[in-house]
Amino acid sequence: MMIILSKASLENVYAAFVLANGARMEGIEAEMFFTFFGLEALHNKKLEHLHVATVGNPAMHLPTLIGGLPGMEALATTMMKKEMEKLDMPGVREFLDILKASGVRLWACKLAMEMFHYTKEDMYEDLDGVLTVGDFYKQGSGIGTHMLFI
Amino acid sequence: MEKMIAQKNILVNEEGYLTNFAQWDKAVGEEIAKENNISLTPKHWEVINYIQDEFKKDSPLSIRKIGKSGVVDIKEFYALFPVGPLKTATKIAGVPKPASCI
Repeated sequence: MMIILSKASLENVYAAFVLANGARMEGIEAEMFFTFFGLEALHNKKLEHLHVATVGNPAMHLPTLIGGLPGMEALATTMMKKEMEKLDMPGVREFLDILKASGVRLWACKLAMEMFHYTKEDMYEDLDGVLTVGDFYKQGSGIGTHMLFI
Repeated sequence: MEKMIAQKNILVNEEGYLTNFAQWDKAVGEEIAKENNISLTPKHWEVINYIQDEFKKDSPLSIRKIGKSGVVDIKEFYALFPVGPLKTATKIAGVPKPASCI
């Protein structure tokens, strides 16, 4: 299972992490490729401060204007984190540790790294490497490989 | 349904999990492990005992919980039960498959 994460709103990051971890729990190989804003989920200074999106998300059932008020994102994020803790969901850093311990390989997108001026030192310590899109496709070229874009 | 495991008729579900924990014993565990290509070491038994204790306490299992058990860390757990560790370990331990996504 190759999972590409291109966003870093908390709900997308968790979806990608649960899918990768779930694959390993079923005995399926899993790798993740973090690109564009998805890189925030690997960035040491940012990964613990990701937010739920309250604007542009009709499923929040919150009028866009209210969702845009200061503090709304933080409030929604706190509420979501509380619910997740009840379900024994780890925080982002601990989840990365669990993924690595479970054998998930983590790759950062070279182009996006350059665009955001990130270096490997800025990122989660156990990152497996920085890849071009071509390298990532090569990683996923085995028969029966599935790719998910989040 | 019933399945012959270690010369005994054992009640299992369609995935091979025991439906009556009282029918479990070490020989049953060993035979299920063999079916899953695992030869049990003392470390495996420590994990199996932990899983059974949690089951008796009605406390739900997850990978995160196993990692915090103090018995094994997650990396070791995957090394002991390489393919689907939580699924395989619970099957050997004779307890139901955990209904957990994490």
